[in-house]
Amino acid sequence: MSYLNLTLSLVFVLIPILLSKTLNLGLEKDTVIAVVRSTIQLLAVGFILHFVFNSKNYIYIILMIILMIVAATHNARKKGTSIQGITWKLVVTFIFIEILTQGILLGLQIVPPTAQYIIPISGMMIGNSMVLGILFLNRFTAELKNHQDQTELILSLGGTPKQAVHNQLVSAIKASTIPTIESQKTMGLVQLPGMMSGQIIAGADPVQAVQFQLLVLFLLLTTAVVTAILLGFLSYPTLFNERMQFLKERIQSE
Amino acid sequence: MEAAIRFEHVNYSINHLHILKNLSGIFPKGKITTLVGPSGAGKSTVFRLCNGLRSANTGKIFIHGKLITDYHPVDLRRNVGLALQSAPMIDGTVLENLQLPLQLQGKKLPESEAKHLLQLVGLDNSFLHHHANDLSGGQRQKVSIARTLVNRPKILLLDEITSALDRVSQQDIENLILRINEKFGTTILWITHNLQQALDVGDYTWVMMNGELVESGKTSLLESPTDDRVREFVKGDGTN
Repeated sequence: MSYLNLTLSLVFVLIPILLSKTLNLGLEKDTVIAVVRSTIQLLAVGFILHFVFNSKNYIYIILMIILMIVAATHNARKKGTSIQGITWKLVVTFIFIEILTQGILLGLQIVPPTAQYIIPISGMMIGNSMVLGILFLNRFTAELKNHQDQTELILSLGGTPKQAVHNQLVSAIKASTIPTIESQKTMGLVQLPGMMSGQIIAGADPVQAVQFQLLVLFLLLTTAVVTAILLGFLSYPTLFNERMQFLKERIQSE
Repeated sequence: MEAAIRFEHVNYSINHLHILKNLSGIFPKGKITTLVGPSGAGKSTVFRLCNGLRSANTGKIFIHGKLITDYHPVDLRRNVGLALQSAPMIDGTVLENLQLPLQLQGKKLPESEAKHLLQLVGLDNSFLHHHANDLSGGQRQKVSIARTLVNRPKILLLDEITSALDRVSQQDIENLILRINEKFGTTILWITHNLQQALDVGDYTWVMMNGELVESGKTSLLESPTDDRVREFVKGDGTN
């Protein structure tokens, strides 16, 4: 695609701006900011990736992954302020996801160990893990707030903190992972995944594109379930003190 | 008089709110002690401290002569059972609720034992497979008490368990508590807003106001209080 064609595609930005102005929706400013930001960010990433791919140096790959983890943590931590040390719990989760997925992919030689594969797959996994983390933290906090009496009931009967939040933890894990599992059931029928569409548009063989898309879908399943479980089991102990008392003030102050 | 629970200069604050102020006193072993006083006096907080759901900021609490912090929280809570006013139920049948305390220990309560507990609290066996959500307020309270008894606690804390019930259900539960106290020698602490109930069931009474223990002793103190504030409170029939 040439820069002229890309410029012409700005007509798709003008349509929502004109509609917003006509109907007084007030979306013009946010639309312009979104377009400017995404253009700058993506072009910057494009140039950086170009440089990293050509340099063939693993240091740059690692730096890119660290940058992704920092950005994902910064974004997700706002949803878990009631959980002590949430920043490090998120960092541990993202690093674990990265090592697990890349370890299997590279260890089993499913993909070659080059920046061209490692960086985009890492981006998809960490990004997905971030969204899952936000969904999980939202749901887990809400479950704890709504079932405080159940938590205290189980503690008062001599249950452990893990037993006291078990149901809330399971509900939050299920609720945050179900969208990933459900969306995969209709994959290819309702929507063509973005990565696959991109590859096809770029001229790749559709069967080859499907193979890579399937690989990503399988990886997303692991990422979703592992993120929610890991974050859950890292988070719940901080809601109790050493006398096994539920620190509900932390949830209420959210 | 042997103390089941002893408070020594206990203070408890939360969010800069001083809830218990230098509280000292005892709950006699094997007796029924009622806690009365206006709302916000700190009565429920006393229970949460005894059951270990909260810890005092300063001061000492002894359970059967042993410092509360020397108990493992799980052992403490199994020995000092707490029945709450709201009688929270887990989502499931009456049987599943009765099985909960042992399930938490990886054990299973036999159905025959569950039936025996239901009989003890005056509920028919047919309730065993009813969903907990279908129970009336009185039935829930009875199941809640039966569930607390599964751990065979030496001390039973009852937090306003009859306040939302009609007179007949109240009397049912009063008789039940008297039976439990008599049959098992369980020490019972009972928060109530009903002074007549305190007089009917209590051996001893604590009158609490504004986080302080204003008067304590034999329940008959409610008939002739020495403290002016308690006299005013009793005159208002415990409702102020």
